[in-house]
Amino acid sequence: MKKEIICTVCPRGCHIQVEGEGDKILSVEGQGCKRGLEYASAEFAHPVRILTTLVKLDGQNDLLPVRSNKPVPKEKLFDCMEVIRAATVKAPVNRYDVVVANICGTGVDIVATKAIEG
Amino acid sequence: MLKTDVVVIGAGAVGCAVARELSKYEVDVIVVDKNEDVGGDASKSNSAIIHTGYDAAPGTLESQLVVAANPMYDELVKDLEVPFARIGAILPAITDEQFEKLPAIKEKAFKNHVYDVEYKTREELLAMEPNLNPEVKGGLWIPRESIIDPFILVQAYAENAYANGVRFLLSTKVTGITTEGGKVKTVQTTGEEIETKYIINCAGLYCDDIAEMVGKAEYKVVARKGQFFILDKNTSCQVDHIVLPIPTKITKGKLMCPTIHGNMLVGPTAEDQDSKLDKSTTAEGLASITADVRNLIPNVNVRDTITQYSGLRPNRNPEGLNFDIWDDLEGYVNLSGVRSTGLTLSLAMGTYVVQQLLARGAGWKLKENFISKRKGIVKFSECTREEQDALVKENPLYGNVICRCETVTEAEILDAIHRPLGARSVDAVKRRVRAGMGRCQGGFCGPKVIEILARELGCEPTDINKNNAGSYMVTGSTR
Amino acid sequence: MYNVKCDVAIIGGGPAGLAAAIAAKEEGAEKVLILERDNALGGILQQCIHPGFGLTRFKEELTGPEYYGRFVDKAKEVGVDYMLDTMVLEVNHETNEVICTSSRYGLTQVQAKSIVLAMGCREKTRASIMVPGTRPAGLYTAGSAQRLVNRQNIMVGKKVVILGSGDIGMIMARRMTLEGAKVVMVVELMDYLAGLTRNRVQCLDDFGIPLKLAHTITRIEGNERVTGVWVAPVDEKKQPIAEKAELVECDTVLFSVGLMPENELTRKAGIAINPITNGPAVNQYMQTSAPSVFACGNVVHVNDLVDNVSEESSRAGKYAARYAMGKLAGEQKTVTCVTGRNVRYLCPQTVDANEEGGKVSLYFRVLQPELGVKLIARCGDEVIASTKEFRVNPGEMCHVNVATEKLTGDTVTVEVIKED
Repeated sequence: MKKEIICTVCPRGCHIQVEGEGDKILSVEGQGCKRGLEYASAEFAHPVRILTTLVKLDGQNDLLPVRSNKPVPKEKLFDCMEVIRAATVKAPVNRYDVVVANICGTGVDIVATKAIEG
Repeated sequence: MLKTDVVVIGAGAVGCAVARELSKYEVDVIVVDKNEDVGGDASKSNSAIIHTGYDAAPGTLESQLVVAANPMYDELVKDLEVPFARIGAILPAITDEQFEKLPAIKEKAFKNHVYDVEYKTREELLAMEPNLNPEVKGGLWIPRESIIDPFILVQAYAENAYANGVRFLLSTKVTGITTEGGKVKTVQTTGEEIETKYIINCAGLYCDDIAEMVGKAEYKVVARKGQFFILDKNTSCQVDHIVLPIPTKITKGKLMCPTIHGNMLVGPTAEDQDSKLDKSTTAEGLASITADVRNLIPNVNVRDTITQYSGLRPNRNPEGLNFDIWDDLEGYVNLSGVRSTGLTLSLAMGTYVVQQLLARGAGWKLKENFISKRKGIVKFSECTREEQDALVKENPLYGNVICRCETVTEAEILDAIHRPLGARSVDAVKRRVRAGMGRCQGGFCGPKVIEILARELGCEPTDINKNNAGSYMVTGSTR
Repeated sequence: MYNVKCDVAIIGGGPAGLAAAIAAKEEGAEKVLILERDNALGGILQQCIHPGFGLTRFKEELTGPEYYGRFVDKAKEVGVDYMLDTMVLEVNHETNEVICTSSRYGLTQVQAKSIVLAMGCREKTRASIMVPGTRPAGLYTAGSAQRLVNRQNIMVGKKVVILGSGDIGMIMARRMTLEGAKVVMVVELMDYLAGLTRNRVQCLDDFGIPLKLAHTITRIEGNERVTGVWVAPVDEKKQPIAEKAELVECDTVLFSVGLMPENELTRKAGIAINPITNGPAVNQYMQTSAPSVFACGNVVHVNDLVDNVSEESSRAGKYAARYAMGKLAGEQKTVTCVTGRNVRYLCPQTVDANEEGGKVSLYFRVLQPELGVKLIARCGDEVIASTKEFRVNPGEMCHVNVATEKLTGDTVTVEVIKED
């Protein structure tokens, strides 16, 4: 399979051509630097994204901003959203408190990015 | 079934002025309007000028009413606390051909009993308006042409009428009129049916549809679109007076003037159209305004625009302002052809309609306890620092500024919501206190206004409309 | 009237005001007071829940709340004072008085020794770019929608068209999609992306959201709520090709069409405004035409990275503190920064060449995207600084560093030249 990947490591935005099957990379062309090579290979085999969204605070109309503490597989973003949508959290909350642990079995935690006083 | 003496159809400038005039008498009045707020359609999208009538067709009802109305505003704006300023208008002749038209315009003004129009030399005009086209040859000065807050004018009529017992049925559309034995009997609406002795059709753009209901549609309303620009208060090229073009045979042309709140207003176009609904602006229309106004004010900078809007003037075919009653339809009054002078003449029209009905035996007695004054909403931004301090101490919500651009406080918004005929929509708040009228156009205060409205009206944000039903602002909650 | 005294008064508690306050305190100013109109510190970052902040300053990728959270913690630690829910009504640079109002204290007069303007910016609207059509509900600036969705728990719509490919627009495309809305397309007038490539990949491409470059909205439809927009391609002169317009159904339009520094207070105070940036003209100390008034962040010029805002705001805070302590009183030798080839504006607009051992970063934006260029600063014909860039584009701020001792004459010109 061939795929064009736009590198997001720096503002140069190289269009990198990657050829491979699954995890196996056969060729990478068009990158401007080594970081581009790494990025394109990873993006081809296992694209991952930081997920940021909101969790409802229990008993309030307010929302708590949250993030995944590590990138989650791109294809799991909507599954993760579904879990987060159903979650609530009780104040007080400290920054980086875990709101949802090991979301969708990814080994990634959803953590608060903001402290909420009780 | 409701019962009343008079149903006024339409809560625009004319409808509300008629209702207020009626409220001076011992007579029961109901005003019905399809919109969610008083303020009408044409009455809220015009050039906000109180005219003198210098250019009306002499001898017409329109001339008579506009000329009569202008001086009446001095007292009215004090009684009802309506922002108003007699800044005067200039009519500069840019070409020799235009210059030659000036005597005829002055003579026409004289025939309309507007006796205070004066010639001004080129130098005088340039001293009055330094941004005027330097090619100006001379022109006319019409001192009593004035500017007003058109929203507050209509709200003030309505609130004062309400204080004197007039009932308002808003978001209520008239669907039919029944008659019996050559007399009006009931007005059917999307709400309750109303039994009445009189019906006064002040429906403006839709007055022919109402007339149709009683078989008196002897004319058609022709919507004449007028597009406008509002410029930022900071725009570099400003004028202090109403700067009017010399009219041509085809059009009155496009003007530039300050608004009562310190913005610049530029426009309007005049485009006849079939639709009574299409109030869209167009790239061509807006471009034509720029091109035309540059003849008067070459450096006008429309890029400083903070909004553009268009209004539909309810012109009439055949043309002309008409007050009609029929011997075979007792109790029915039809007003039609209320066009660009409608805002101005509303005040005199109120008196005229009531006098006409009294002359025909309406037999209404003046009230002894008519409340002639109406308190406006206190404007924090216009108070002195000492007054502002006192306001916040008395009500801490005056310390909570919601609209940054126009410095509008939460207390003012609550007053707008909770006063009689209070605001129920985002636009209604805006037209009462100017939250969202500034350069960010509600970008900052809009989200807060939605929340305040929902909280104060005890509903959900999803229930809050921009204006009429269906104009919902938001669709649900994030979580 | 309530009276407060302080050394440095800072108007705005967003990223700019916070960084300025911390720096002022660290420079030795005793009482530093932030006046913030919102009910919390953090400014716009409170609604920027997405990542992408802090790569320069903290060498890690933070979300908006994490980024400003670090500054709020630091501000509290160093003892910065602040008043929330407080709107500044007036700045007087001659007396160094700031008049503000709040529910809690009523009208308040703040007597300072120096003042930092950090009010940020506001969004351009549908009206400011004159999109014709009707005026229904459902038209939002991207930032207003972001506030509603992220801070007020309110969804603005279900089927969305976004005008403008700036970062806020693209980030809102992803937010709305993750929250269950359908983003029909992102429409961009220019033939290149306005925001960062990364956002195109992660906010649009990831979700299959079409990006229509060299297109614009020519008309809005709908009387109550938006029902659709007409989208047309534009020619080389950016004029829409009307016959190719297509109606795109939607119930919401988000406008991400640019930001404007918010300088109403600055203008009222009679401080000189640069007509290109629409912000106060400043020197390398971030000092405005009024010597006691400093300015930083998006109120000066619209930045693309908050890290830059923090950097220049730290500078503003530092020199505002020095001014308050009487340590910025020396004679200045003013050198004017002049825009040369492919430079739209420069910030700072002047440099005090008397600063000893001064290293000044001259920030600028280009007019046109260009590949393979050199950024140079010169005094007369003498090039005093030069750096190579693979690519420059209007969406990303550039800079050249100059040493004050190399500044000769009255001007320094910055330009972008083709590399030979």
